[in-house]
Amino acid sequence: MTAIEKQGLRGPVSCAIRLEKINKSFGAVRANADVDLEVEAGEIHAIVGENGAGKSTLMSILYGFYSADSGRIFVADSEVQISDSKTAISLGIGMVHQHFMLVENFTVLENIVLGAEGSWSLGDSLRTARRKLQEISDTYGLSVDLDTLTSDLPVGLQQRVEILKALYRGARILILDEPTGVLTPQEVDQLFAILRTLREQGVSVLLITHKLQEVIAISDRVSVMRAGRMVATLNTAQTNREELAELMVGRKVLLRVDKRPAVAGDTLLAVNNLSWRDDAGVMRLDDVSFDLKAGEIVGVAGVSGNGQTELLRVLSGMLDIQQGSIAVDGVLVDSDHQLTPKAVRHLGVGHVAEDRHRDGMVGAFEAQETAIMGFQDEAEFNSSGFLNRTAINQHCVRLMEEFDVRPVSPTLKSAGFSGGNQQKLVIAREMAPKPKILLVGQPTRGVDIGAIEFIHQQIVALRDSGSAVLVVSVELEEILSLCDRILVMSEGRIVGDVAAAETDARSLGLMMSISRSGEQQEARR
Amino acid sequence: MSKGAKLPVWADVALIPLINVTLAFLAAGVVVALIGENPLDAVEVLVRGAFGYDEGVGYTLYYTTNFIFTGLAVAVAFHAGLFNIGGEGQAYIGGLGVGLVCLALDHLMPWWMLLPIAIAAGMIFGAAWAFIPGYLQAYRGSHVVITTIMFNFIASALMVYLLVNVLIKPGQMAPETRDIAEGASLPLMHELFAQVGIKITQTPLNLSIFVALLASFLVWLLIWRTRWGYAIRMIGHNESAAVYSGINPKKMVVVAMAISGSLAGLVAINEVMGAQGRIVLDFVAGSGFTGIAVALMGRNHPVGIILASLLFGALFQGGAELAFEFSTITRDLVVVIQGLVILFCGALAYMMRTPLERLFARFAKSREAN
Repeated sequence: MTAIEKQGLRGPVSCAIRLEKINKSFGAVRANADVDLEVEAGEIHAIVGENGAGKSTLMSILYGFYSADSGRIFVADSEVQISDSKTAISLGIGMVHQHFMLVENFTVLENIVLGAEGSWSLGDSLRTARRKLQEISDTYGLSVDLDTLTSDLPVGLQQRVEILKALYRGARILILDEPTGVLTPQEVDQLFAILRTLREQGVSVLLITHKLQEVIAISDRVSVMRAGRMVATLNTAQTNREELAELMVGRKVLLRVDKRPAVAGDTLLAVNNLSWRDDAGVMRLDDVSFDLKAGEIVGVAGVSGNGQTELLRVLSGMLDIQQGSIAVDGVLVDSDHQLTPKAVRHLGVGHVAEDRHRDGMVGAFEAQETAIMGFQDEAEFNSSGFLNRTAINQHCVRLMEEFDVRPVSPTLKSAGFSGGNQQKLVIAREMAPKPKILLVGQPTRGVDIGAIEFIHQQIVALRDSGSAVLVVSVELEEILSLCDRILVMSEGRIVGDVAAAETDARSLGLMMSISRSGEQQEARR
Repeated sequence: MSKGAKLPVWADVALIPLINVTLAFLAAGVVVALIGENPLDAVEVLVRGAFGYDEGVGYTLYYTTNFIFTGLAVAVAFHAGLFNIGGEGQAYIGGLGVGLVCLALDHLMPWWMLLPIAIAAGMIFGAAWAFIPGYLQAYRGSHVVITTIMFNFIASALMVYLLVNVLIKPGQMAPETRDIAEGASLPLMHELFAQVGIKITQTPLNLSIFVALLASFLVWLLIWRTRWGYAIRMIGHNESAAVYSGINPKKMVVVAMAISGSLAGLVAINEVMGAQGRIVLDFVAGSGFTGIAVALMGRNHPVGIILASLLFGALFQGGAELAFEFSTITRDLVVVIQGLVILFCGALAYMMRTPLERLFARFAKSREAN
């Protein structure tokens, strides 16, 4: 095991939180093994690690969701027992979850007060709260209109409400779990400005993330976890992304996708004036047109929920076309000529669904059953009315070996594989028939760094063999490094079409926030 | 072991049900003790009543046959994520199909020629009765639980009307059809045994128990070895993934309901063509509902369903014996005992899981330490 590296260790007096030899096992799995962590008062401390490295378990122990099997916790130098989140809050620990815990039809004020009313009379509580919140926003420069309905706020402001909630409860130590996953680059900048103000006011921030560029941008120190152990704590200024990635994975990792310039060929997929409304009448796709050529990877960038999901679903035949048309390798599909997902597949279109748990696999199915999803009717897998288990098994083993899915056990339930291995199996399945067009949604969501590298290489290899690839991702870094051409979507429209080599995250972010009126949304302060 | 404290398969499929049945009997024993009888005596009577002599065994297996059919019916629907409460009505209407075919053809052919036609008729009629709720669920959004319950009442009313006004044997008061001609109804088991020279007591047990076992095997094939079963299980687990895989969930809902109904319809082979030899009022007698408990306890797997059916068959037959032997234990109390079994084996099936998992984890740990 790697020796724990400690740098910048100051006197124990300045410690906001100290964890000593925390151990936690779930059955035979050691989620945390002898984990030490020190967070100083007024620092932004990032914790990075792959999925399952034990970050969430550690934070859950700190916030009182789990109790550690052994180990000691010190808050402001006195040892404490954190048995539930109530205790954690009273010790000044606040948590902002990845998925916000807000009541949508409450106002901001009501949401903040919820659970901390302090009086039987709601009117009184709200008045007191309003005064107190005024002080807080003056101190930390955090302002939100307290009387807006939460559902009317953009995501970035909802997150600010969550931070206010924690501060209102007296948090001096703030845990943020993957806070930037749903934000535009501009919103991320604003969040970071807030975090810096918090730091100036002496609040300690614990930032759980897997985005290394953000760690470098904002944190003072960074702790790396791997396989339940704390493998290093470093001063951010003295490290870099490559080193962090290597520490996380335990081997050298290539962060940039290594690929030759694209050689675009014939148009394989032509989308013309595609529009699609959902049941509520909301325009999810608004006059979308673009071409996808053989030998190129086109990325669709955008904040999630701006029509990317619907685009993939319409293109793959899961949703019927309402207006406009698409031409798949010369075959016209429009509202009078619909194609089922099966027919689309037969035209040589592979589809890696955005959300593998919702669409791409069935957790309760054996891996080999997941491995034939969409191909269950093929003659290859059927013989005289019955599924050919031998052929299916062999097919699955082949996919698993080619795409390095571990363990190679086709009869294991799909849910029993790690996220990265599930995704590799899904991608292997969709790439196996050598599709002419591959639609990929969130190619590396919930996938470890090591597997990301592999998945990207496979996608590039498919491109180089002459296929056209459409990638939808909320990770701008991924789009920028993987794709040859980038379409930017906002509110169902394509608002930008640029070559990947000629743009950067900033300008993409600006395009992503273009609203329907054609103006950029002014982030409310 | 790589992940968490998982139970070995044998503990999951055998140990847990065994513990649950034991708990159910302990609870039932308390009830029996409370009314002042000796629980051990009651158990003895129950077991002897169900398995102790050839007549008891015959009745136990006769009930078992019905429960296998309805249990399979519930299970197939359940794999598609549908809760078919309508086995009762589907079996009843299945009886109409079987009855009509038998009454029309019984003078033309022997039972072994008639049997496949009657099976087809029972399945088609049962399927038709389940098709309507299935269609309404898939294309009109009416919940299948509600509609199948309603269809039980409609089936019941329809059959009363038909039996009283149309199908009734002329010149009598009882609302039932004429008997199916001798030689055309399914041979009872004692008749078959008599042919090979073994004498057993007459019971309603007939050839259809073999139909039930065959149906169990075919259901297993269907669910786990064909692409229709694949599709049925997929819509049950994840409808969105089914759409992604090119499966039409609406169509599969209707198909699954129809298959489910056709299995329930087979109850009529046991009752109408076998035990009764005619259509009588209310011949299903709650088998459709018991099938829900059977499927629940049998984990929707044909092998589990056969075993659970046997348990419930024994409870029905042994329970009847119990009510007969003890004046204090009434028919209703027997229903209470059956209810306890359903409660522990069905509703509380996962109650013992967590403590057992912990036990196994500790056991594994202590073995590692050594």
